Amino acid sequence: MNAHPPLFEVRDLRVAFGRNGVFAEAVRGISLHVDHGEVLGIVGESGSGKSVGMLAALGLQPEGARVSGSVRFKGRELVGLPRRALRELRGSRIAMIFQDPLSSLNPVMTVGDQIAEAVRLHNPDLSRRAALDRAKDLLALVAIPQPDRRLQQYPHEFSGGMRQRVMIAMAVANDPDLLIADEPTTALDVTVQAQIMEVLAELQARLKLGLVLITHDLGVLAGHADRVAVVYAGQVVEQAGVDDLFARPGHPYTRGLIASIPDMTAQSERLFSIDGTPPALGRLPAGCPFNPRCVAAQDICRREAPPLHRKGDHAAACHFAFSATESAA
Amino acid sequence: MSVLSAPRFVRPRWLSLPLMVGIALVLFWLVATVAAPWMTVHDPLDMVGRRLQAPSWDHLLGTDALGRDVLSRTLHGARHSIPIAVTVVAVAVAIGAFLGALAGFIGGIVDTVIMRLVDVTLSFPPMLLAMAVAASLGPGLENATIAMVIVWWPVYARLMRAQVLEVREREHVEAAVASGATQTRVLTKHVLPLCWTPVLISATMDLGQVILLAASLSFIGLGATPPTPEWGSMISDGASQFYSWWVALGPGLAILTIVLGFNFIGDGLHDYFDPRSK
Repeated sequence: MNAHPPLFEVRDLRVAFGRNGVFAEAVRGISLHVDHGEVLGIVGESGSGKSVGMLAALGLQPEGARVSGSVRFKGRELVGLPRRALRELRGSRIAMIFQDPLSSLNPVMTVGDQIAEAVRLHNPDLSRRAALDRAKDLLALVAIPQPDRRLQQYPHEFSGGMRQRVMIAMAVANDPDLLIADEPTTALDVTVQAQIMEVLAELQARLKLGLVLITHDLGVLAGHADRVAVVYAGQVVEQAGVDDLFARPGHPYTRGLIASIPDMTAQSERLFSIDGTPPALGRLPAGCPFNPRCVAAQDICRREAPPLHRKGDHAAACHFAFSATESAA
Repeated sequence: MSVLSAPRFVRPRWLSLPLMVGIALVLFWLVATVAAPWMTVHDPLDMVGRRLQAPSWDHLLGTDALGRDVLSRTLHGARHSIPIAVTVVAVAVAIGAFLGALAGFIGGIVDTVIMRLVDVTLSFPPMLLAMAVAASLGPGLENATIAMVIVWWPVYARLMRAQVLEVREREHVEAAVASGATQTRVLTKHVLPLCWTPVLISATMDLGQVILLAASLSFIGLGATPPTPEWGSMISDGASQFYSWWVALGPGLAILTIVLGFNFIGDGLHDYFDPRSK
């Protein structure tokens, strides 16, 4: 399609965990890509493999996990890259933000030292003083008041939202091209969530970051993502531009997710929920992995795994995707 | 204006009574370690009077079988016991914490080798192993010190490994790895600083235990050699002069109070660092 390779491209990524020689796949062939300055939302339930997959893409899989497939960053293959080369990419070109800002900061280091460390890890020639100056600028960038004073404080003196701002400041310390945010707002109060998303969105636009936003909250993505990938049981079941996805969801799982977003204007008393639970690792049902929970499941769904149907940029792994008769669940 | 009141010392919650007693006892013995020659009237090695005198104003704790002043010998004893205890614990912590941290952080074959060595060492009763090592090296306080280091380092190796295993799973460690920190940096900056609390508590309590073990070795003749005023060998002298009870009283009280003192401080530290006790 275009001459340039995408900023970040994952192809058929598989991650398997083994116990006693028996391997079970938690990620079963995820393919997706992010372009420069684009926001890709990845949505899925807990345990769907969205976090594990993105961590493994950066070589951060748990010990003993088996990773296969292809992960390309600016055209360079990351799977199988030596540890040292991966380490140099992490934190400089590719940065990550974790879910729980309360435990993601070192409790016995001042915030300033931690940000300065993130800077100096990839600029070893920089003096401590210069790194601290940069840290101060970074704190100001994520809208933390009184950065001078804040630099000398320890994480426990920061609120949850402030700590997540610090994590964001550390992540963008070296002007990365790609930022992977793993549920950046899940552990925060609802009111703070919006502020953090604002900070993230503003930085993303200003620094032209490619942003992968992992979440289980489709509502967050509606306002911030350009494209969305829906992950279920270790696979991408639907991928589309954000407006297209909300307007014409092709997979019943996506439709369920959209229906379960609380609607402030509706009068209904009960929230919609998808019955059942996601399949356990290594215990997938035959056919479509979603069929036991699907309201529209047919015989074919219990026999055959659906292929990915495409319609322009919109793709969905459902036998009945894009068939006109489907109505919202 | 109200009546001026003298500034009153308000005891913080963590400063318990036993902790204060412990600090006082240990402080006393530390002063004795430094200042024993100036605290006593008699030389610890001089035969200053009749043998086996009962306590009197001249000799507050009496004299021993060679007519030496027991109080003077007891106070001078601190100059041997306390430096030995500090040396043994410091070296044991250095070796044990280093190897334990490596075992916990690297894992695999390194872990297996180090920890099996620890298991083997710990499978011997400490006294027995210390006796065997000290006996094979020959009597003398230096050899007793080496023997006790060999007995003690595995304790800290095990403690440190357990701490490292726990801390390295925390999220800030993963975050550090994700920001490109090297293994060495992750261990020294993000793991080790959070591992020291139990080691510190245990080391404080062990100072007392080491003094006890050193005295035990001297008691059976494997530690200090005569005429060194060492508490264990003094008690051993007292045991053969059973009716002159004061000969063993001085060193006995010394060991009792110093071990108690270190234990109280260790307990106090434990309470201070344990979030549940606040």
